[in-house]
Amino acid sequence: MKLTTQNCLSAVVLLVLCSLAVSVQAGVEVRKFSSDEQERRYHKLIDELRCLVCQNQNLADSNSQLAQDLRDKVYQMVTTNKTDQEVANYMVERYGEYVLYNPPLNSITSILWIGPIVGLLVAIFLLLYNIARRSKAKPVTLSEEDRKRTRKLLEDDSADDQEDNDK
Amino acid sequence: MLKFLIPLLLFITLIVFLAIGLTNDPRYIPSPLMEKPAPEFTLPRLYAPTATFSPALLKGKVWLLNAWTSDCVGCRQEHPHLLELARQDIVSLVGLNYRDSNQLAKSLLDQTGNPYRIVVTDTKGSVGIDYGVYAVPETFLIDRKGIIRYKYIGPLGPDEIYGTLVPLIKKLKQEPA
Repeated sequence: MKLTTQNCLSAVVLLVLCSLAVSVQAGVEVRKFSSDEQERRYHKLIDELRCLVCQNQNLADSNSQLAQDLRDKVYQMVTTNKTDQEVANYMVERYGEYVLYNPPLNSITSILWIGPIVGLLVAIFLLLYNIARRSKAKPVTLSEEDRKRTRKLLEDDSADDQEDNDK
Repeated sequence: MLKFLIPLLLFITLIVFLAIGLTNDPRYIPSPLMEKPAPEFTLPRLYAPTATFSPALLKGKVWLLNAWTSDCVGCRQEHPHLLELARQDIVSLVGLNYRDSNQLAKSLLDQTGNPYRIVVTDTKGSVGIDYGVYAVPETFLIDRKGIIRYKYIGPLGPDEIYGTLVPLIKKLKQEPA
């Protein structure tokens, strides 16, 4: 096979794609599970738990040492048949509710949960209020004089248009 | 007039909230361990690997648990301040060498001085997880009953030590065991 520019280019593209695939997989170790159910739960849990070091990544995405340790811990707890709730409680006891990407409803998180609903209700109220106000508004009435002026203006305008068209 | 005032007020409110957000440290996460008993553990000691240490041994005393590693920049920053605190001899400092190699930890302490009364080695990081350690250095102040009364994340400086820690330690020493 001759070494053409096209061949080189496709080789480069292939290399880039391979390296991308590796970096996406880097955070996930090969693990053995005794059932599909366990595997599904493990992946669901590491998706829903936040990595403390990297702020906006979950345990599944992060490469940090702590995330690796915590993935090990989740694996260990899942394979020893701990429930999802037990795993979540274990993390919350140590790192606080911050580790949960799906925080429970309580006094601290109430604004988070209720805020959007309140915002929506306020928006709907304002919308209905405005519609009601507009439909109640009296239609504008023109005096005979205004009507004459309007007609005159419109006629002048159409006359101008006519002129433009003639040109 | 009101038509312009309301959006303006909303905008100002938003700006105020965002400005407050900017002053917050995103690395700071309130610890659920505050006011809770310090988790028990038994770990080998760095300078006497056959001997172990556990928090129960210090029951009745006010002590500090400082999580550190030899490769952490913040730990080196706070190191001289910890040495100074150790010289004053007002509190027992216990070092939790977190996920580190014993050799590196020893050679660093040999070079720069050892502020700790006891250093324990948490090679696997399991005690770190129990204490919710996520960014070394972290410091826990434990009272005479074994309750965590204060936690500081990040390098301790003179302000934190003499402004907050030392007064709190003196207060906790007055409390009954």
